[in-house]
Order: sequence, then structure tokens, then C-alpha cells
Amino acid sequence: MSMNSQAPATTEIPFPPAAHARNSRSILPGFGLTMGFTLAYLGLIVLVPLLAAFTRTAGMGWPQFIAAVASPRVIAAYRLSFGASIAAGLVNMVFGLIVAWVLVRYSFPGKRVIDALVDLPFALPTAVAGIALTSLYSPNGWVGCWLAPLGIRVAFTWAGVFVALTFIGLPFVVRTVQPVLQDLEPEIEEAAATLGASRLQAIALVLLPDLMPSLLTGFALAFARALGEYGSVVFISGNMPMRTEIVPLVIITKLEQYDYSGATAVAVVMLVSSFLLLLLINLLQKWSRRYHTI
Amino acid sequence: MASAVASTLSSRPARAAQPRAIRDPAWARWLLIAVALAFLAFFLVLPLVVVFAEALRKGLGFYLASVRDPDALAAIRLTLLTVAIVVPANVVFGVCAAWSIAKFRFPGKSLLTTLIDLPFAVSPVISGLVYVLVFGAQGWFGPWLIAHDIRIIFAVPGIVLATTFVTFPFVARELIPLMQAQGTDEEYSAMTLGANGWQTFWRVTLPNIRWGLFYGVVLCNARAMGEFGAVSVVSGHIRGETNTMPLHVEILYNDYNLAGAFAVASLLALLALATLVLKSILEWRQTGAP
Repeated sequence: MSMNSQAPATTEIPFPPAAHARNSRSILPGFGLTMGFTLAYLGLIVLVPLLAAFTRTAGMGWPQFIAAVASPRVIAAYRLSFGASIAAGLVNMVFGLIVAWVLVRYSFPGKRVIDALVDLPFALPTAVAGIALTSLYSPNGWVGCWLAPLGIRVAFTWAGVFVALTFIGLPFVVRTVQPVLQDLEPEIEEAAATLGASRLQAIALVLLPDLMPSLLTGFALAFARALGEYGSVVFISGNMPMRTEIVPLVIITKLEQYDYSGATAVAVVMLVSSFLLLLLINLLQKWSRRYHTI
Repeated sequence: MASAVASTLSSRPARAAQPRAIRDPAWARWLLIAVALAFLAFFLVLPLVVVFAEALRKGLGFYLASVRDPDALAAIRLTLLTVAIVVPANVVFGVCAAWSIAKFRFPGKSLLTTLIDLPFAVSPVISGLVYVLVFGAQGWFGPWLIAHDIRIIFAVPGIVLATTFVTFPFVARELIPLMQAQGTDEEYSAMTLGANGWQTFWRVTLPNIRWGLFYGVVLCNARAMGEFGAVSVVSGHIRGETNTMPLHVEILYNDYNLAGAFAVASLLALLALATLVLKSILEWRQTGAP
């Protein structure tokens, strides 16, 4: 912003204003104090406790570590957690795009309320979401009683985990796609139309490539959230080992059996996956930003 | 922005603004709206409605009794106490982090911003687990804490710490981009006019960021009150002592006291609705301003 104030005089400044701003030392006070507090608080609350997980695992030895993180029960949990999270992320990618599209492009009564309601999964405590979804989808629930005669069981099966993870990931795709869709110039669609593209061609070949980075970012965010999700899933999943047990529950079960090393080893596997995902999300966001400044 | 405004108007002017070539046919519009609304009804509206329906299933008397139960009141008190410690702590941190990151230049800035976001990438269960590894009986400080008869895990301090971890980024990540966008010009002017550091902060910076700060507090508060996974690992589930509201909901639910569980859950659902209303008001304020 300090660069802006110099913009009119740019021609008279012999060096680029950006370089000037970088070299100038701030006259504002408090850098040492606030930076010191920030680093201390970050270290004590976040970094040191996370480090504890890694040092605990480092003291384990490979055979013990492999036995903890690759036992059949844990593998089954990875498969469920990753599988259901990907499935829920994909469903949210499709419906999230439709919801964002409808909210940006069309008008209908109650639109503002619905726009606000999209954030409900962020605001509703996960335990509340968990018992509400269980009550809806159990065989005598409002939705479950319609599915039961068709032989479809949702609560206490794989599908229940998927439903809970879809709920929890719903806002991510909508909220990443919505602003991008809003900022898209109508001119590019008009140009596509004047060049003879049909409406579907314009959407598939012109709009969708522009939306792709934000769609993928939304998917990755929803996926990352779903991987670690606990509260909304434990009630509806039924928690049967090998079948409906998610990874966070495996960690809790191991803790309750006082198997601290085993719990930490599985936690480290999940931490590394989340950090890799975080890296991927950062790269995706950089990509989508570059896409949009052009 | 113009297209967004145009699309909210369905009457003539909108048609004039949006050329026919890029308007979707009416059947497609209504089909997409119907699909979106059906999806949201199933995944958002129904779960919300069922909370209140189940809470009131046994009548208003039972509802009030469940909410006024001593264990429920103890859970509410503990949740409020946790929030009263966690939110101010994260506000002080958020303001400090945003001040140092947004107003100064230093190497490693983007790394620091990423590290602040880190707790969002960590599963709530793991957020609780790491504190057990530090303060638990088998943990780093376990023997020392036992020797001095200090309880952190399975006690209130553990709940506060785990909640702080989980809600750590909320205020900071709201303030950092806001203060970066506002730059340092106004602060420089204040300093040039003779204000000292504190005066500059209280009279120039704080009024500029107050709505963003409030927004961060609202989100931080909602998550702090509703946190379940992290707290469940460190709490020990002692009724009337280390049970927060979400944990109390779980206990009642597992006791097959469904109406009671949903009664306490409905309080948390009301909190979520209040959060959404405040959030929307703040966002409309923001987009309304130039």
C-alpha cells in the first residue's frame, strides 16, 4: 500500500518503488514484542506438542512402527477413511459447483438465507451433526424409513460415514468456487458464443477450465477436513473394527487401551498425509491465483 | 461485480444486462436450482430441523428439565469458562501475529503464515493426543506433574489447551489479510502527527480492523464451544467436572436418553444459527462498504 502513494511520481524515482519499499525500515514500533509473542505462543501451543508426536515415534524402532501402522485393522481404517473422504469430496465437487453456480448466476426467493446456511457445517458442533444425521438415517428415522424398504442401510454402514463426511465438506467447494465464478467476466462467454460455441460448449470449454483450480482446491480442502473428522462420524458409523472404523477412532481406541506408542504412530502417518495435503493446497491456490491475475 | 448484481435481479434490467447468448434456458435454470435446493435440504436443513424436533419430542417440560439438570449446567459452565480463556488468548495472539506479519517485512513470512494455519490441517483427535504426550502420565512432563500433584490431562487445563490448539488460527487468519490490505499509510500518518505506538494502535489500527476482529472472534467462539474430538481425548469424561457441552451430549446419547441429548444439542444448534446470522450481517456490511 505504501507503494501506491508513490505511484504518481514513479517516473521521477530512479529505482523501482517496490525495491524502495523493501529497503525502507519501518518506523512503526512493536515488531520485537509482537513477533516474540507470536513465535513463543506458536511454539508452545502448536509446534512443541506436534514435535512430541514425532519424537515419541522416533523412539519406537521400525518393526514396532510398521506393526502399529500396518496391522490389518489399521489398514482397513485407512481404506475407509481415504475412500469415504474421496467419495464425499467428489460428490461435494459436483453439487458444490451446482450450488455455487445457482447462488451466483440465478435469482430465486430465499437465496440470501440459503447462501448463509451453506456455512452451517462450519458452525454446527460436530457432535450435534453426528447425532442429528444418525437419527435421520437410522432405519426408523425420517430418511432411513424410506430407504429401509428398498434394502438400503445408511446408519452404521460405510454409507453413513460417507453421508457425515459429505455434510462436513459441503461448504468448502461452494466457498472456493463462488468468488471465482463471481469475478469471471461475462465477455469471455459472450466471445465464445459469438465464435459459434453452443451454451454447453462455452461452459465445458471456456468456463470449466477457469474454474478448475478452485474446484480442485475446494476438493482438497474438503478431503483434508474429512480425513481427520471425528465427531460427526463416530455416531453414525457404528464403529465396527475392520468395517466401519475410521482412522481417528483407531487412534482413540489405542489410547483407551493405553497403547500410546501405537496411537502416536498412526497419528504420525495421518499428520504426514495432512501436511502433504496442505502443501498441495498451497500449490493449488498459487496456481489459481496466477490463473486469475492474467 | 456488475454481473453479480445483474444476476440477482430477475426482471427486465437484468435481461438487458445479460445478453441472450450467455443466458441459460429457463428449464435448465429451474432444474439446477431444484437440484441445488434438494441437495441442501437433505444435507443442511433436515439435520438442523431434526435436532429441534427430537429435542421437543417429550414435551417442553422434559426439555427444560434436561437443560436445567445439574450435570448439564456444569457442562455449560465449563464450556463458558473454556471459551472465556481461549478466545481472549487467541485474540491477543491474532492481533500480535497480524501486526508483525502485516506491518513489517522480514524473511520467512510465508512460512510463518503457513505454520499459523497448521492446526486446521491436524485432526482434532491428534490435537488432543499431542497434549497427552506432553502432559499425560506417560508424557514428557508426566512424572514431574504427578510429583507436584498438578493435573492437566483429564482436567480443565487440558481442555483449555486442546481447545486453544484447535481454534488457534481463526482470529489471526482473519486479521492478517485485512491488515495487509490496509497497509501502513494511516499508521505512518499517526506517528508523523506525534502519536506514540499505543495511541496509533488503539486509535488508528484497532478501529480499522474491528469488524474483521469481531468476525474472527465469532468463528473462534463457535468452534471453541463446539469442539468435540480434541476435548474428548483430554477430558476423561468425568460427569459434572470435565464434561463440556458436546461431551455431555455424547454421554446422554450413549445412555439412550435421546431427548435429553438433543435438548442440550439444540442449545449448540442455536449457537450455530446465531453464528451464521452474525457472520452474514458482518459479510453484508463488508460488501456494502466501498
